[in-house]
Amino acid sequence: MSGHAPKSRVATNEPAWVKALIMLAALGFLGFFILLPLAAVFTEALRRGVGAYLEALVEPDALAAVKLTLLVAVIAVPVNVVFGIAAAWAIAKHKFPGKSLLLTLIDLPFSVSPVISGLVYVLLFGAHGLLGPFLREHGIQIVFAVPGLVLATMFITFPFVARELIPLMQAQGVEEEEAAITLGASGWQTFRRVTLPNIRWGLLYGVLLCNARAMGEFGAVSVVSGHIRGETNTMPLHVEILYNEYNFVAAFAVASLLAILALVTLVAKSLLEWRHGAELAATARRH
Amino acid sequence: MTATSGFSLFRRRNRSIIPGFGLTLGITLTHLTLIVLIPLAALMLRPWDIGLSGFINQVTEPRVLAALRLSFGTAFAAAAVNAVFGLAVAWMLVRYDFWGKRVVDAIVDLPFALPTAVAGIALTSLYAPNGWVGQFLEPLGIKVAYTPLGVVVALTFIGLPFVVRTVQPVLEELDTELEEAAACLGASRLETFIRVIFPVIFPALLTGFALALARGVGEYGSVIFIAGNMPMVSEIAPLLIVIKLEQFNYAGAASVGIAMLILSFAMLLVINLLQRWTRRWAGV
Repeated sequence: MSGHAPKSRVATNEPAWVKALIMLAALGFLGFFILLPLAAVFTEALRRGVGAYLEALVEPDALAAVKLTLLVAVIAVPVNVVFGIAAAWAIAKHKFPGKSLLLTLIDLPFSVSPVISGLVYVLLFGAHGLLGPFLREHGIQIVFAVPGLVLATMFITFPFVARELIPLMQAQGVEEEEAAITLGASGWQTFRRVTLPNIRWGLLYGVLLCNARAMGEFGAVSVVSGHIRGETNTMPLHVEILYNEYNFVAAFAVASLLAILALVTLVAKSLLEWRHGAELAATARRH
Repeated sequence: MTATSGFSLFRRRNRSIIPGFGLTLGITLTHLTLIVLIPLAALMLRPWDIGLSGFINQVTEPRVLAALRLSFGTAFAAAAVNAVFGLAVAWMLVRYDFWGKRVVDAIVDLPFALPTAVAGIALTSLYAPNGWVGQFLEPLGIKVAYTPLGVVVALTFIGLPFVVRTVQPVLEELDTELEEAAACLGASRLETFIRVIFPVIFPALLTGFALALARGVGEYGSVIFIAGNMPMVSEIAPLLIVIKLEQFNYAGAASVGIAMLILSFAMLLVINLLQRWTRRWAGV
């Protein structure tokens, strides 16, 4: 991976002062934009001591926000896993026309602003939305309720698993599956015994990124949530409310939980890349 | 890849013996249609309530124009900052060896993993006039938090991994023999970089720039805390959508949303053309 030039090849090395300058610029940039914000989260959270920090975390509204965030992720992530596996199976193991169009459509949520992702559901299901009158007649509440949060989160995290699995399964080809089928295995057996073991690390990688985004999403859920404390407030939204109430210690305390989640995600992701890099599409592409 | 000939041909027989094609494609298309396509169609349909003239009236409001200008301008500035420093980070990670390199490499992805609201309040506390960084900038007369400059800072954070992660693999695969040849032919290191290395990595740099730009234009969570959100000055377009929605101006919100999508699409098209042109020019 590291293609650095050995010492003998002086011709392809920069002068020492240039190298020092590049490293200073790069590390300084990362320090300012990554380490400082991270340090700020934990410092602000612990400003009034560990007691105040823990108190902010066990407060009922904070606990409700944690529960709701977990609930949304528990629904949205598995649905996107099923979709991701199905999409990868159809796209990587079969030939059909319109494949590149389908791939473009799957990527669509990545190029849409999170606010627009929330907006589309309000336009569809909101009180003045296309289906608003119908939903009101039948007493179904989607926007400003949990279903809206789940839908918006699914939209945002839609491509994560599929994007990881499609290139991986394309690279693995179809020979092993064809052999299993020829030997009399059913489609389901082939998937469980042959495909799944081949893609398990890639799947875990996709789930990891999908989950991090699902729990941390702000813009899209902010539009559909209605910000009802203790009811439709996920953790990131709760951070915003506390911050706007100038309750900085509590805001940063909840934010620190999300920062820990991000750090755990990064560590797990790096471990996967180091240990199982060859079995991931992501490291093959280094994306 | 087979030729793209539209949806009607989806069900044409595929000759693979692997089963489950109908089932998996069915799940894929159903999920895609329900979660993505129908909602996006609702966005496209909505402004027809007010007609084309209504749409144009909505998006040419001075406040909307100011917000669009701010969103695209700051995203452009942040992507440019990331292009310069992202290239330095990618170069350092590929070419130099130093202690803790793996950790530095891993931490570059933090902006992907950290929820945007957390980044937003953290950056605001840093750059507020009494913050760790802000207190040193205040005497110099530089205000970052609650100004458009703050928006650039937030978008720089958000876009940081894009340039690094697109340039890094290209640098890794770059053949040092070319550089040796250039050096043997008497080129200085700077000349080699400008004439040999830069043309090869430029398309990737543009891709990273475009991704950071696209992400920055739509970014919401990290910006609204640090921006101060003053109408006409530091109010970004996504926030204006939220405000219009809160006033139940659905058609207005959808109009701004569509304007953003059209502008982003046009911008990415230009960058794509530029990329093709530079590729041909570099002969890659």
